[in-house]
Amino acid sequence: MSVAPARAPRDIAAPGGGGVGDSALRPDGVLKVRGEFAYSSDLWIDGMLWGATLRSPHPRAKILSIDTSEALAHPGVWTVLTHEDVPGRKHFGVDHTWDQPVLAFDEVRHQGEPIALVAADHPETARRALEKIRIEYEVLEPLTDARRAAFDPAYPRVQPRGNVARHQPVRVGDVDAARELAEVVVSGEFQVGMQDQAFLGPESGLAIPAEDGGVDLYVATQWMHNDLEQIGPCLGLAEDKIRMTLSGVGGAFGGREDLSMQIHAAMLALRTGKPVKIVYNRYESFFGHVHRHPAQMRYEYGATKDGRIVYADVEIILDGGAYTSSTKNVVGNAASLAVGPYVIPNVRIDAYGVYTNNPPCGAMRGFGAVQACFAFESMMDRLADACGLDPVTVRQVNAAAEGSALATGQIIWAPLPMAEMLQTARELPMPAPADTGDLRDLPGGVSQTTHGEGVRRGVGYGVGLKNICFSEGYDDYSTARVRLEVIGGEPVAMVHTAAAEVGQGLVTLEAQIARTELGVRRVVIQPADNRVGDAGSSSASRQSYMTGGAVMTACQAVREGMAALAAARFGHARDDLSFTGDKVVSESAGVLGTIAELLGDAVIEETREYHHRPTTGMDPVTGRGDSHAQLALCVHRAVVDVDVDLGLVKVVELAAVQDVGRILNRVALEGQIHGGSAQGLGLAVMEEIVVENGRVRNPSFTDYLIPTILDMPPMRLEILENADPRAPYGLRGAGEPSTLSSTPAIVAAIRDATGLALTRVPVRPEHITGSS
Amino acid sequence: MRVGFTVNGREETADDVWEGESLLYVLRERMGLPGSKNACEQGECGSCTVLLDGVPVCSCLVAAGQAEGRRVRTVEGLAEGDRQAPIQEAFVECGAVQCGFCTPGLLVQAHDLIERVPRPSDADIREALAGNLCRCTGYEKILAAVRLAANRRAENP
Ligand code: FES
Ligand code: FES
Repeated sequence: MSVAPARAPRDIAAPGGGGVGDSALRPDGVLKVRGEFAYSSDLWIDGMLWGATLRSPHPRAKILSIDTSEALAHPGVWTVLTHEDVPGRKHFGVDHTWDQPVLAFDEVRHQGEPIALVAADHPETARRALEKIRIEYEVLEPLTDARRAAFDPAYPRVQPRGNVARHQPVRVGDVDAARELAEVVVSGEFQVGMQDQAFLGPESGLAIPAEDGGVDLYVATQWMHNDLEQIGPCLGLAEDKIRMTLSGVGGAFGGREDLSMQIHAAMLALRTGKPVKIVYNRYESFFGHVHRHPAQMRYEYGATKDGRIVYADVEIILDGGAYTSSTKNVVGNAASLAVGPYVIPNVRIDAYGVYTNNPPCGAMRGFGAVQACFAFESMMDRLADACGLDPVTVRQVNAAAEGSALATGQIIWAPLPMAEMLQTARELPMPAPADTGDLRDLPGGVSQTTHGEGVRRGVGYGVGLKNICFSEGYDDYSTARVRLEVIGGEPVAMVHTAAAEVGQGLVTLEAQIARTELGVRRVVIQPADNRVGDAGSSSASRQSYMTGGAVMTACQAVREGMAALAAARFGHARDDLSFTGDKVVSESAGVLGTIAELLGDAVIEETREYHHRPTTGMDPVTGRGDSHAQLALCVHRAVVDVDVDLGLVKVVELAAVQDVGRILNRVALEGQIHGGSAQGLGLAVMEEIVVENGRVRNPSFTDYLIPTILDMPPMRLEILENADPRAPYGLRGAGEPSTLSSTPAIVAAIRDATGLALTRVPVRPEHITGSS
Repeated sequence: MRVGFTVNGREETADDVWEGESLLYVLRERMGLPGSKNACEQGECGSCTVLLDGVPVCSCLVAAGQAEGRRVRTVEGLAEGDRQAPIQEAFVECGAVQCGFCTPGLLVQAHDLIERVPRPSDADIREALAGNLCRCTGYEKILAAVRLAANRRAENP
């Protein structure tokens, strides 16, 4: 048997009460505020070693030789590993892409690519040993031009498989014919910089070698089973030899969908026979995960004079960097949502994901829809100007609704009250004018850059449409095991899934669902691990829907078992019986007894998989397809003050109107909308990984800025509940939509204040002052 | 070297400390107190905030040797036994905790604020917490929690 670490994930009893719809408290909240929650960087076990990773300083180079002898001789070093030591498959990659070397061999394709590993008895010893590994490189000129990668067949290849990871067209009607009919034509070129997830908990984990030759892995991830599909073959181990347990996750936002230190720590542990912990520092974290794809986008819309769009001609290039990661699915999203929630009869969209020697890009909250949303919302404002309409009206004129078709031909079959949501956003009360007597109210704050002179206010709107759950024909499912038994005289529901709690509050919701479905008060959430079936990823705003659905159906199966016992015991028909407040209740006869008495020593355990309705792929030529399982909408109104002399922006207020189908936990839900809006604000005005010639210039929180409490304004929320009849409890995934719409709303507000075109995010002071 | 100081009211020592080790590292890896967090280890995020002789500091920027003989209070020292401090209660109740990685540093910083300033305005709260990054919450619920804890404290001093 294997030994558990001293600080390890454990069963968590959900406190208090609260069923579906109540603002139940987080089960892990008390542990977290007491500093007792076991994050993956907190893991500790006697005798453990520390692992460290040597990474390429070059974005593109041939590796001529690797000499580890000096590092191996360094006191305190236990082992040094290179690609030759990878026990099994030499490549990994999320979603079966298998193109990323576990450790680089012939060539490095991006700065920060891992090349060698060290295990030592102190983290500083490990770091110093890294400096003693000698590598001879033949440095090559990095290939960093995404446009050439997309279109120039003469451009050298980053990957043997060619430079285009995916090209997805969408074709509707006849754009060339429609061009003749258009009375107004607007066009623009837009860019989105590379955004980082910047989760606060660094990549980290602990690998413990086991007696059976396998390994116990404690890691922070978004999708345990997909990790396992990659780790197993690379280690040359059967999956049952790898026992994964989710350790505390300090945020994810897409950045933990790809592997980071998992295989590396396991290799070091298996080689040394000792537990090995790896913790990245912030610098390494910037190289340790994929980022949001930077985008170059060209849009042209034609419309009638009254603002009705007759055609859209769109080209989107997404720079995926050196390896595939999620690029193909990101392209699918960008293509299918390229014109957003607007009804356009003639459409030509071409979305490309390409390889370059820039840092690899993959999943980040909003996943391909964020980039397109900035462009199409900017286009809506241009169209409003060209037609002399206000920005809300032009959106309402073209708004999709229930029954409309997306560009892909997919019919929106659930409520989508977009025009009404825009109206609501417009009519919300406006914030007061800035108090020029309090510097903290002004752009620049206590830096005293202005006392109100040069400050102009602007208002802008943004609408985002996000697909929820996995799309394009993926058989998306989650699994839950629910066990009901009497412990200490009370019935207790134990909920076990492999779904990753990354901060979003899934564990809270699981407990709420168990209480609602089983009528019991006490719920225990077991640590997520791979001793239960796949739950899919904590991404695509899908876990409330998918794992929520799985817990719901497993609970319903347990309830059936209880009902059978109760029917036999009390002689009532099953449909006369229900369970609430730990009691068995008959509709006709009232309380019959307690669940505890009914169960006695019996244990009822059920495992269920939950699948959402099937979707289809996108046609490779026309893009047609019923490709999304669910769609969710958020509308933002942003109010900003801009110091036009210095280019400083203060976001004064963000208002969001979002339709969530059904509120399952208002407090947790509001937290998702706030947090998503904040990340959109970051992209609008501050966040970018600056890459020059393949090199990251700002891999630190000193130079990569994320919003602080001073940057984030008060928010006003209007939450609608138009149920989606096909989803559990009528819910609509809620984690991502606000991330889409807050960025264009804020940029529109800055345009409104300054009159500038602003075609690139993040907007920098020099874009406003014109000094760049 | 050997380093000794008072942590949450208890005398602690650590042996074989390397000169470059931070207070944060010694707390987390040598004294079994991993509550203080390591989000950046470069003084930019506030997740490692502790009170050093009663003053909030980023423990990642304090060399362990500088703490010699001094008083350190970490997030683990905010509660009294099973009873959470008011600021801890408020964070749980208000939904100010998501992933929670920022939480220990914010709690220490906010605790210090409400001890010093009885009824802080929103602007005061924002100023006091400006050095603590949170990536999950957008800060709205954190503000609500600090207001709640401050009000409760003002009502029941
Ligand atoms: S870890 Fe100390 S400030 Fe970030
Ligand atoms: S709750 Fe995750 S960083 Fe603040």
